[in-house]
Amino acid sequence: MTATGTVFDADQHWRLHERVALRPEPFGALAYHYGNRRLTFLRSPDLVTVVETMADAPSARAAFDAAGLDPRRWPAFEKALSSLVAGEFLVDDTHVAVTTAEESR
Amino acid sequence: MTALTDQLAAGLNSPICLTWEWTYACDLQCVHCLSSSGRRDPNELSTEQMKAVVDQLAEMQVFYVNIGGGEPMLRPDFFEIVEYCVAKGVGVKFSTNGGRINAENAKRLASMDYVDIQISLDGVDEHTNDAVRGEGTYARVRTAMDHLRDAEFGQFKLSVVMTRDNVEQVDAYEALANEYGAELRLTRFRPSGRGIDTWHDLHPTSAQQVQLYHWLLERPHVLTGDSFFHLSALGEPLPGLNLCGAGRVVCLIDPVGDVYACPFVLHDEFKAGSIHEPGGFAAIWRSSELFTSLREPSNPGACGSCGSFDACGGGCMATKFFTGLPLDAPDPECVFGHGEEALRQLEASGGAVRPTVSADHSRPGRRRIPVTAL
Repeated sequence: MTATGTVFDADQHWRLHERVALRPEPFGALAYHYGNRRLTFLRSPDLVTVVETMADAPSARAAFDAAGLDPRRWPAFEKALSSLVAGEFLVDDTHVAVTTAEESR
Repeated sequence: MTALTDQLAAGLNSPICLTWEWTYACDLQCVHCLSSSGRRDPNELSTEQMKAVVDQLAEMQVFYVNIGGGEPMLRPDFFEIVEYCVAKGVGVKFSTNGGRINAENAKRLASMDYVDIQISLDGVDEHTNDAVRGEGTYARVRTAMDHLRDAEFGQFKLSVVMTRDNVEQVDAYEALANEYGAELRLTRFRPSGRGIDTWHDLHPTSAQQVQLYHWLLERPHVLTGDSFFHLSALGEPLPGLNLCGAGRVVCLIDPVGDVYACPFVLHDEFKAGSIHEPGGFAAIWRSSELFTSLREPSNPGACGSCGSFDACGGGCMATKFFTGLPLDAPDPECVFGHGEEALRQLEASGGAVRPTVSADHSRPGRRRIPVTAL
């Protein structure tokens, strides 16, 4: 896995990795990465909204704002998104090509 | 329990870990086989019925299925159904005894987009392995592993069921897995299928279980299928969800389309329905009476006064059931010895009635395997 060196930056543009699928669940959603086979729990409907809409926002912070999140909750969301970046669930476009090329089973 | 495990215990829209057994046919007769496999069942699902199940799983967004058996590669349509799964976005992780992994099949598997392989080995040497899996199987599995390596399949999983005889070989398993660039997967031996008879003599001793717990704690990269959660009562929890997932995050579809709460409870008492019924698998998962009841908070029973109940949740339902204990009894391998005590009391009261499997597909003459022959 290559993107583990990628660090989340809330001012940057992020989107879901193309091999990640989200499945709605009562607590939020399950996210599964078909590339690295990781499974993770998105344990808040607001987090699911952010993750689903962030590709259309210029930055993660802009996505928080668009989702109507109280700024006091932003640090917790940044932490959740950091772990999604570490697991390669989220990518910035500069890293996509490398990640896809080096996926292994 | 944490909020997450509470949420999981209440059930999900679709299972996380779905085991799907494709056939009861197997060329081996392993003494611990959880499904008492051997002979193909005449009512096993046809290719078209299998594909219809895949369609429904894809619709439910089941991300991947754990394929087992029997030996799934014995189905003549094995590759056809695997390819159908992958094309539908349902990932395939299949367990095999390796007998059909020749050079050609290894190459074919290596070329597929989303196929993971778990290959079973139950001893690091011929003597230990073949006593459980049958004569000649050690050499055969090593050959299959060689084929996977030569075909550049990539990282496969080396899967070992922990027994009294092999649990002390864990370092050697790790070395063997490393040699092949494989991941090591150790799982708990449950008294299911033919294991009902052999478990009492072959399950690891309590001292061995404590050693295993510490070994696993130091190696979070070793996969366990979350099967040793009963050991989390020893202190720091092992990685994983640490709960009985039966009917909550886990279930089983058997080769004839019957749906059970988990792969280790092939018994009528834990059968939730059949995929042939209206609504199919989705209806069973979402609203069967059995699964609904398993999602209710469990009664801690005899474990209610134990300070470690939150850590182990009372242990494994299948292990209790097939040793004859009530479901609210301690796990037979309870780290504090409460389970052993419960089993002793059961024996003493003359009430030790061990359930048998409802559908035994062992080959004739092989249903009762004398452990002395090991």
